[in-house]
Amino acid sequence: MAALLEVKALKAFYGQTQSLYDVGFAIEDGGITTLLGANGAGKTTTLRAICNMVRTEGSVRFDGKDITGMPTEEIVRLRIGHVPEGRGTFTTLTVGENLRIAAYTRKDKQGVRDELDRVFSYFPRLKERVQQQAGTLSGGEQQMLAIARALMLKPRLMLLDEPSFGLAPLIVVEIFRILRLINEEEGVSILLVEQNAALALDLADTAYVLETGRVVMWGPSAVVKNDENVRKSYLGY
Amino acid sequence: MPAFPKKWLWILLALAFLVPLLQPLLPDVVSNYRLFLVSTMIIAAIAVLGLNLLTGFNGQISLGHSAFYAVGAYTAAILMDKLDMPYYATLPIAAVMCFIVGYLFGLPALKLEGHYLALATFALALSVPQILKYKWLEDLTGGVQGIVLSKPDVPFGLPLNEDQWLYYYCLVVMVLLYWAAANILNSRSGRAMMAIRDQYMAADTMGIDTALYKTVTFGISAAYTGIAGALSASAIAFVAPDSFNFFLSIKFLIGLVVGGVGSLAGSVVGGIFYVLVDNSAQALSTFVKNDLGLQFDLSAYTVFGIILIVLMYLMPMGIVGGVYYLVRSMRSPGAKAREQAALKQRASS
Amino acid sequence: MEQFLQQIASGLANGAIYACVALALVMIYVSTDHINFAQGELAMFSTYISWQLMSWGAEFWVAFAVAVVFSFVMGVTIERVILRPLHNAPVLSIVVVFIGLLAICNSMAGAIWSYLIKEYPSPFPKSSFGIAGVIGPHQLGVVLVTLVVLGLLFVFFRYTSLGLAMRAAAQNPQMARLVGVRVDWMLALGWGLAASVGAVAGTMVAHIVYLDPNMMGGILLYAFASALVGGIGNPGGAVIGGFIVGVLENMVAYAGNQIEKITGVYIIGNGEKLTVALIIVIFVLTVKPAGLFGRVVVKRV
Repeated sequence: MAALLEVKALKAFYGQTQSLYDVGFAIEDGGITTLLGANGAGKTTTLRAICNMVRTEGSVRFDGKDITGMPTEEIVRLRIGHVPEGRGTFTTLTVGENLRIAAYTRKDKQGVRDELDRVFSYFPRLKERVQQQAGTLSGGEQQMLAIARALMLKPRLMLLDEPSFGLAPLIVVEIFRILRLINEEEGVSILLVEQNAALALDLADTAYVLETGRVVMWGPSAVVKNDENVRKSYLGY
Repeated sequence: MPAFPKKWLWILLALAFLVPLLQPLLPDVVSNYRLFLVSTMIIAAIAVLGLNLLTGFNGQISLGHSAFYAVGAYTAAILMDKLDMPYYATLPIAAVMCFIVGYLFGLPALKLEGHYLALATFALALSVPQILKYKWLEDLTGGVQGIVLSKPDVPFGLPLNEDQWLYYYCLVVMVLLYWAAANILNSRSGRAMMAIRDQYMAADTMGIDTALYKTVTFGISAAYTGIAGALSASAIAFVAPDSFNFFLSIKFLIGLVVGGVGSLAGSVVGGIFYVLVDNSAQALSTFVKNDLGLQFDLSAYTVFGIILIVLMYLMPMGIVGGVYYLVRSMRSPGAKAREQAALKQRASS
Repeated sequence: MEQFLQQIASGLANGAIYACVALALVMIYVSTDHINFAQGELAMFSTYISWQLMSWGAEFWVAFAVAVVFSFVMGVTIERVILRPLHNAPVLSIVVVFIGLLAICNSMAGAIWSYLIKEYPSPFPKSSFGIAGVIGPHQLGVVLVTLVVLGLLFVFFRYTSLGLAMRAAAQNPQMARLVGVRVDWMLALGWGLAASVGAVAGTMVAHIVYLDPNMMGGILLYAFASALVGGIGNPGGAVIGGFIVGVLENMVAYAGNQIEKITGVYIIGNGEKLTVALIIVIFVLTVKPAGLFGRVVVKRV
């Protein structure tokens, strides 16, 4: 399989502060990759750097095309769905409008309608609340909405930033089940950032470990899971 | 901000005092008209100084200083007109009056910041000409007609003409006010004022009575601009409501921005600058019409508007600030970058 | 009684104008957090454009349409060229730039068209239009036109995907980028629309207040009052606020008139219009900053 996303020597800066030093990884088409690391290791920044939401140096290639330095909205139009930290709900818009705006870049109206049906089949709860103001949804529902929004793009790659954050365990399980479905049924590649390393390693086939803005280790999830350092630091046993 | 070198300040001041004495030698260069023009520049400088105390040093935006200028001018004019008060005695009363008005306006302003304060003061500036025409005040203010006064007499039989005397009078007032402002800013209170501008939350938690400082600064600022208004009433010997419209506030803003936000010396430069442009507008307009052949009445406000916008791009610190940083950065490369970083931090906080 | 109704009707007509300008202010405010002090002068300038076209022989509605399109282009250009580079500038810089724009528009209009007051025609037929004794033809026309404009804007923002994208960009720009919305262009578009709506207000009010470079000063102040009453940041509120303030303004003058008639004491009249606006602005800002329909925004520290 060819690499769908290829990141090389990625550096990122917030103002004067550098927060990524040398991050490199590749995501295979159809695969699920996870980035692990402690708070401040640069996981979120990596996702933001891919979409050029922070000042970056290095190279990001998507489907063979160099997208480094492209405006965020143009990168997204290549069908990279980003589920950001904090869910990024358009709080004053309705749930339906949140989904409609997500398909803003698509011109195929029939396709969008089909997509909406598919999304509602994954998240029936959103269908019930389609007229409701999105800001009034619960945390779990907003997370579902965020994933649904990314799906409306018909993405080839989804970037997920801590989808389990602040949610009840049962909802987390549900969301991860759906993520696997999306990956298997629609062939969407996924780059997942997670605090909950056990969960992430179960879902992903490949894992990268970040420490202070550098990749310190990577490999198949099964191998990474059994690494002693990873076990101690991230899995807690 | 740059502290103007003291030595130069004294030299400039000495020169300023000597200039009128050159009149017999150079009657064409130092004409009465020019002296009068310089007097209006000095008055403008005081008004801008007042605005700078509030906006530059305390961080409260005001588009309404034309209102305080009007209050000062009218207070002085009414006192002279109705009570036959001598012109010099009107200054302290105008100052107190404007302090009170400024302080009172500062109370609701406490709740506002940034755009909202700009909006409230904008509304104030727009409505002042109307308030001055209010029927119940007509007996005092003379309504639309305004009040005609007489120019200040030369006291003690001094061998000066009216314009020379006015010049000295304004100059002395400005020097006193400048000195007072410099002292305020160098004091504990001044540091508190600036701390409120730079780090509001921190100042508040450090136990600075931010509400008191902000309202008092509003009062002092209004008093300065009001004194300028009172001086202008004496100088022009006439007040009328429509001369205190919003465009007067734009002039103060020009003075503030050109001279430098948060620079005392800059206020003086700014005041001089706007009077100069205002006075050259006619010449400029003729130049555009006759020499460039454009059928176009270029007014001072077109120039002002362009300057305001362009300066925000090129020298957000104003001309005095900009030149200062230019000089500094030529002396030590890197200093500019550091200062600009500090500036940005200040601006964003 | 008839006089009272008349006052309400003309208050509504004025209110329609305030509603338009207030809406223009709110449109820029919600997407950029800026209060556009030059909004009134831009509208005034557009009105002069339409006047110029008519003096060259154009029909009213042609001149109107051209002025609206011109304003749109002007708004977009101003945003892209002047305000874009100042995106992260401190508030003072932004305010100064707006005041600069105000000064330029005002003085340019004076330079091109002189400061002499000009008559400005009404496009509405004199006969059989309006309700005799209550509302004149022009006033009724103004209300109708503004209602149509507001309706169009409502449909645009509510039902078109471009309108939705503009709302999304205003509400959460970063997230809007993440769904592929070109946020920068949405802001420019918002400016263009705001300028167009302002132009509608200008061309509608010019017949009432006559055309001169300072005609929008008082109207802008009332529009600010309207936007604040409705809760700045709330387009629907701004519209309702406009009508409330328009009627209120006339009621205050009417009440003052009645008091003078009965007691012979002058308290307040048409001469205090701007003062009334000032009082509304300060009162709302300090007592009820969220307005009647606005949400209280929690300030981030």
